[in-house]
Amino acid sequence: MPRKLVEKFDALSAKLFIKNGVYLTAVVLFFALILLPPILGIIIKWSAMQEILGNGELVARALNAVKNSFTIAILVSVFDVVAGIPMAWLIARGKSKWLNVLDTLADVPFIVPTAVLGYSLLLFWSGNEGLSAFFGGSLVSQGWLLVALLHFTFSYPVVVRVIVGALLDYKIEYEQASRTLGAPPLITARTVTFGIIKPSLIAAFVLAFARSISETGATMMVAGTFENGPVFIQNMKNAFSADPSLVRVYEGSTIFASLILIVVSCLIFAFVRILGTRFKLPIRRAWPTFEKKLSYSSAAGARNGIALLVFFVIVLIPSLFVALPAFEALFTDVLPKALSGAAMWSEYWQSLSLSYLLGAAATFLNILIGLPMAIIVARRKFGTLSSMLNVLVDIPIIVPSVALGASLKFFWKETLTFIPDIWLLVFAHLAITYPYFVRAMSAAIERISLELEEASRTLGAKPLCVFRTIVFPLTKYSLFSGAIMVFTRSVSETGATLAVTSLKTAPVVLVDWVKGNVAGVTGLDIGLGCGFLILISFIILLALRLIVKGKGKY
Amino acid sequence: MPEVRLVNVSKKFGKIMAVDNVSLQIHDKEYFSILGPSGCGKTTLLRLIAGLIQPDDGEIYIGDRLVNNVPPEDRDIGFVFQTFALFPHMNAWENVTYGPRVKGFDMQKAERIGHEVLEMVKLHERLDAFPNELSGGMMQRIAVARALAAGAKLLLLDEPLGHLDAKVRNELRYEIRRMAKDLELTAIHVTHDQSEAMAISDRIAVMKKGKVLQVGTPQELYMNPQSIFVANFIGGANFLEGYIMETRDKNAVIELRGGLRVQALKKGIDRGERVVLAVKPETFIIERDRGKKKSENSVSGVIERVAFEGTNIRYEVRLENQDLVVVVTPSLACEWFNIGEKVILSFQPESAHLFVYPETGLREEMAVE
Ligand SMILES: Nc1ncnc2c1ncn2[C@@H]1O[C@H](COP(=O)(O)OP(=O)(O)O)[C@@H](O)[C@H]1O
Ligand SMILES: [Mg+2]
Repeated sequence: MPRKLVEKFDALSAKLFIKNGVYLTAVVLFFALILLPPILGIIIKWSAMQEILGNGELVARALNAVKNSFTIAILVSVFDVVAGIPMAWLIARGKSKWLNVLDTLADVPFIVPTAVLGYSLLLFWSGNEGLSAFFGGSLVSQGWLLVALLHFTFSYPVVVRVIVGALLDYKIEYEQASRTLGAPPLITARTVTFGIIKPSLIAAFVLAFARSISETGATMMVAGTFENGPVFIQNMKNAFSADPSLVRVYEGSTIFASLILIVVSCLIFAFVRILGTRFKLPIRRAWPTFEKKLSYSSAAGARNGIALLVFFVIVLIPSLFVALPAFEALFTDVLPKALSGAAMWSEYWQSLSLSYLLGAAATFLNILIGLPMAIIVARRKFGTLSSMLNVLVDIPIIVPSVALGASLKFFWKETLTFIPDIWLLVFAHLAITYPYFVRAMSAAIERISLELEEASRTLGAKPLCVFRTIVFPLTKYSLFSGAIMVFTRSVSETGATLAVTSLKTAPVVLVDWVKGNVAGVTGLDIGLGCGFLILISFIILLALRLIVKGKGKY
Repeated sequence: MPEVRLVNVSKKFGKIMAVDNVSLQIHDKEYFSILGPSGCGKTTLLRLIAGLIQPDDGEIYIGDRLVNNVPPEDRDIGFVFQTFALFPHMNAWENVTYGPRVKGFDMQKAERIGHEVLEMVKLHERLDAFPNELSGGMMQRIAVARALAAGAKLLLLDEPLGHLDAKVRNELRYEIRRMAKDLELTAIHVTHDQSEAMAISDRIAVMKKGKVLQVGTPQELYMNPQSIFVANFIGGANFLEGYIMETRDKNAVIELRGGLRVQALKKGIDRGERVVLAVKPETFIIERDRGKKKSENSVSGVIERVAFEGTNIRYEVRLENQDLVVVVTPSLACEWFNIGEKVILSFQPESAHLFVYPETGLREEMAVE
């Protein structure tokens, strides 16, 4: 940008009404685009509730599905944190150079779009060429166990990322102090390290939990006849939404199930947060001789071994398994067919461009309206309002994505009918990805010492200039990783997209293919379709990474 | 029992030799300081002793035990960190009793020890305060109490007073020494502050760029520095360049720049050698120049600057050869001089220190980094 223009903006940012105007706009947009529409959507359809409340069978089915959701979410997030801790420990505290590679590999399930991930796991655990090739018959068939495995896999990178960050951020001296006071490594970890990073452990748990509660697209692929909340909503949609006389049954059950999921999730989070501050890790007692044995050599080696085994066998290999048919497809006529856009492939390529367009739009809008919000939350610009916003920001990730889509649709379609579908889609993706970005950024901004900013202000820098020269350079990596989370989440999103519109993004098309809804699709087509999605996403992320490379850690 | 012995210990970080072939022997119940400018490897040396990092080379003994492969929790030490490293999620009392608890003592014993050490650091109020609610001085006391409570006989302190303001710092340094002596501990105290080290240590090791240059009592280091660096670092000195004209039994006659001649102990340095003469500011005797014949070992000059420092007066004197020297005299005991006055400076040959001129130059030799 020309220098003159930059200076002009800097000067403008010093004007109080402009500065507050920017913050206010961000808050208003948050309420108008992200928080209120889904809530209002539910209120609009409140009367449809009668449809389901009068139908005992349906209520029982919905409740059962919701119960399944919570059982799986709790199970999975506990396992994720338990499996994530030793892995994060290995990455953050180990000494080998290979750990960098491991660190990057841990992100893979995040790069693979969730719908593709679901398919990949399906192939690996129950397909003919997967593990069953060794064990005969499918090892894990569609159903709750496969859903649990899937949820474990896609939450794993988030959990590891959060814990590694926390382990790297806090001062290693606390651990060293504990060691010099006579505590062997295990006692140190238990009483000091985890005590200090407890907020991050809770955050990891909450993120894994929320993801498990709300994920729809991939879950549908592996669920079979098993129903959790989002799958139930989707099944209702498939069964009733097409028939105008029955559509209220679908609407009613969607609100019913979503409402329970949202309310109970909020209660659980509140409970976890309160418990988190009350609950002290067991630091009163120690068993020196026993814990010492567990701290060293064989026990530590076994711990690392198990952590790696879990990572490779349950997370990494199943995630990438889908790439195998893609390789095979390269040597058949599927490749030319795909590249020339024959038959169903033309729809695929269209959907792919739509997906990336959407991802780019969501990322851009998030930076625009999420950044001021992150500053408000991190710097507590508006007192109590800031603390309140801090809580509200998380809500969109606990709403099941399919329900979020549905309620967004109820709201936008029936109040502001002139808004085109593509915008609905953008709003839905914005709402789903917003918390990730704001969380990543506000945490990073909080870590910058306020003194640094104030020092720069006293040297005469205008607010925008402070941001450009101080805040931005120090949070660039977080901004980048926030943007990556937004982009990948948007590109892989399935549930809300399905609910909100009939426009098809790549994951939606792939789900169609896998579900057998499109004639003439073979396993090779699916493999190749997934392969392209992974490959192109990977290239985009790599390119982004190279652009910011050298300008920060990672 | 806990004497500490380092034998040829080295530690590298990438290309930096943080600790370079250091051998040291610290006696039982000694209050020992490691003194040097920042970045010279003091912290690294202390961490090696604590087992928080491993040496690349050499052996470390605590008592009779080779501890190279012993983890920190088994070395039986107490460590006070520069930033205190009080556990932020535990209150003062929990911090202090942490050691006894993790060592598996029963609760009663842990609490008794807790009260004992808090008695010792005179901090019994505010036990339920968290570290972020405590002042620097309080945090420091809690940190020391926590290290003592673990019951170790070897106390390692990494700039324990570095984060405190001057007044608190001066009080606490004597207190720490007193506690170490009362409890008959061996203490190793790292600091970059020479006055702190001089005031409280039985012996001091002076470090520079990873190497130990000299070990001795504060008096030895002061009276008999064996290098230009130590002469400069301990108390400071004026450095005058010249060469040895002739030798007379113990003494050498040195011709300074501009033809001035003075004498000092020759210390085995030969005639013709280029030398540096170190004269401490407080060893000069300063007199008004009354035009009388100059005494034996003296030079004349003009007062260029005067600073009243309270206890002392500090003069900067321009010598005839244009060298500038600093002279410090007690403010109450001597005559005062004004800017522009002509004075005569003299000193005893035994009180100055002669060094061979360093190959790398004087400035490089004194550089702290
Ligand atoms: N963990 C480390 N990694 C790399 N270099 C280090 C590390 N610790 C210390 N150093 C380097 O070793 C040298 C000595 O450091 P240190 O022992 O902390 O000095 P001091 O405590 O005397 O100030 C310095 O140059 C410092 O930069
Ligand atoms: Mg240091």
